[in-house]
Amino acid sequence: MPDLSEAGTYRRVALLGGVYSNYLALEAALKLVENKVDAVFALGDFGAFGPHPDRTLELLREKGVPAIQGNYEESLATDTDDCHCGYTDPRDNHFARISYDYTKERTSSEHKRWMGTLPKTLRLRVGKSRVLLCHGSPRRINEFLWESATPVPFVRRLLAEHETDVVACTHTGLHWKRWLAPGRGIVNAGALGRPANDGTPRVWATILEEADSVLDARFVPVDYDHERLAREMAEERLPSEFVETARTGWWTTCLEAMPAKERAAGRF
Amino acid sequence: MSAPAVRAYPVAPLTALDTVWFQVAGTLCNIRCAHCFISCAPDNRSFPMMTRAEVGARLREAEEFGAREYYFTGGEPFMNKEIFEILGDALALGPVSVLTNALLIKPKTAARLKSLAGASPYSLDLRVSLDGYDAATNDPIRGEGTFDRIMAGLGELAAAGHDPVVTTTEACEGVAASEGRARFLEFLRAAGLKRPRLKVLPLLRLGAETARTHAYESWETLRGRELSETEGAGLQCTTSRMVTAKGVYVCPLLIDFPGARLAATLRESLRPFELAYPACFTCHATGLSCRT
Ligand code: SF4
Ligand code: SF4
Ligand SMILES: [Fe+2]
Repeated sequence: MPDLSEAGTYRRVALLGGVYSNYLALEAALKLVENKVDAVFALGDFGAFGPHPDRTLELLREKGVPAIQGNYEESLATDTDDCHCGYTDPRDNHFARISYDYTKERTSSEHKRWMGTLPKTLRLRVGKSRVLLCHGSPRRINEFLWESATPVPFVRRLLAEHETDVVACTHTGLHWKRWLAPGRGIVNAGALGRPANDGTPRVWATILEEADSVLDARFVPVDYDHERLAREMAEERLPSEFVETARTGWWTTCLEAMPAKERAAGRF
Repeated sequence: MSAPAVRAYPVAPLTALDTVWFQVAGTLCNIRCAHCFISCAPDNRSFPMMTRAEVGARLREAEEFGAREYYFTGGEPFMNKEIFEILGDALALGPVSVLTNALLIKPKTAARLKSLAGASPYSLDLRVSLDGYDAATNDPIRGEGTFDRIMAGLGELAAAGHDPVVTTTEACEGVAASEGRARFLEFLRAAGLKRPRLKVLPLLRLGAETARTHAYESWETLRGRELSETEGAGLQCTTSRMVTAKGVYVCPLLIDFPGARLAATLRESLRPFELAYPACFTCHATGLSCRT
């Protein structure tokens, strides 16, 4: 029997997908949704790709943003030597390793301890709908739920097994939603820290709210000083491939797990 | 009170029906690979083709159980006359992968697949088998002249806008290691694939492969072993089933073994399976999964 207790009831909430150490986008997003939502939730993967991981963590903790663990936090909190992204492609693995090693080294032990205290899932109520927040999927922290590979029958099963109306997740880095019925379905918040592989540097936050008494998700573009981020990444000697993604909006790494449809929409 | 039953082999529970395989072409193939673990060939009729109606009946069950994805294999799936209709039926329910040797991929085939993919909200992946960087390495395994024909099929898929996945086995020199993979991906890029993806399979000493190398030895068994939860979760038989014209089998690897046939329907096949086969040893040792 799952623990069905809810963290609270809200009219409107913001969900933040992977921040990936993009503290500038985090700052911009928090400002953007300020006074517009009742609460903000962060769905894990605070580190990776970007510079100075502690800046993101300080911001999240200072603002008291309720958070759940991503695979990054789980790995960092348990001092694992791998991010558990689960790639087999040697190029993807190479870059995943660089980004994890950098993040691990620069994250203070106090923040790592905090990561260990975070829950893996969180339940809320938004309007009348029960919402289950998770990182990859409700059943596995590093399961990829892509739009073109998460079909309706499977979503129906997830909702039934986990006794919820809505599953909200991240981990893939691309935002999408699929409703099975009004107010019943799945929302992937995508990433706040990395563009959506669409050729623009903007990133995305997600708003969950009731409209005409039915829950819906809105994806909101977030503009931030991506040139500054790119400069700081270069100064930190992070791979030029990561810097290029921040500037151009096209993903250059971690492409292996992407299904055919999403992959074809990107440049690489 | 009776003592708990002691089993000689560990048992894999079916924890979730995520992946459903269809042996849509039976054991019929237009070639005869030296390493084929179910010895498919033009004259191997031990498993017949599946009809659209047979596939449809199991697809409806899979939908009810909330399956996540569908894989089509054979033999050679494009030898099935109803293959496009069948793929269309599956693509209405979820993402689809087709495992093919690409010999029957003509411009028209590639275009038809492209429109099927475009009509579905879900991904269609074409997975093409290739066993080397050139004819000298591939052809001894897949047959005289196949290297050029496979490359032509891959080219047609790429030209029609597909990003095929290429499957190779560890029979392909060096590809098990990371440098070998990188080299193979480079080769595919040079051959004109824009976004190559690679799936490397370990060899299974089953079927034709037993004659090419050798069969399993007696120590290669899970007998007496206990599997932890994570070890169990890594086995594909805990999350998938293989549908054939002769019933539902535990996995794609064991269809030549009558004991691996679980039932006529998916519903009845969702039960634990005792890992008493030598191939189970390979699965456990290598973390083998036939999915991409
Ligand atoms: S390995 Fe594939 S292509 Fe080769 S004989 Fe077997 S089924 Fe046919
Ligand atoms: S061969 Fe592998 S997948 Fe098949 S039953 Fe044995 S362990 Fe499971
Ligand atoms: Fe993640």
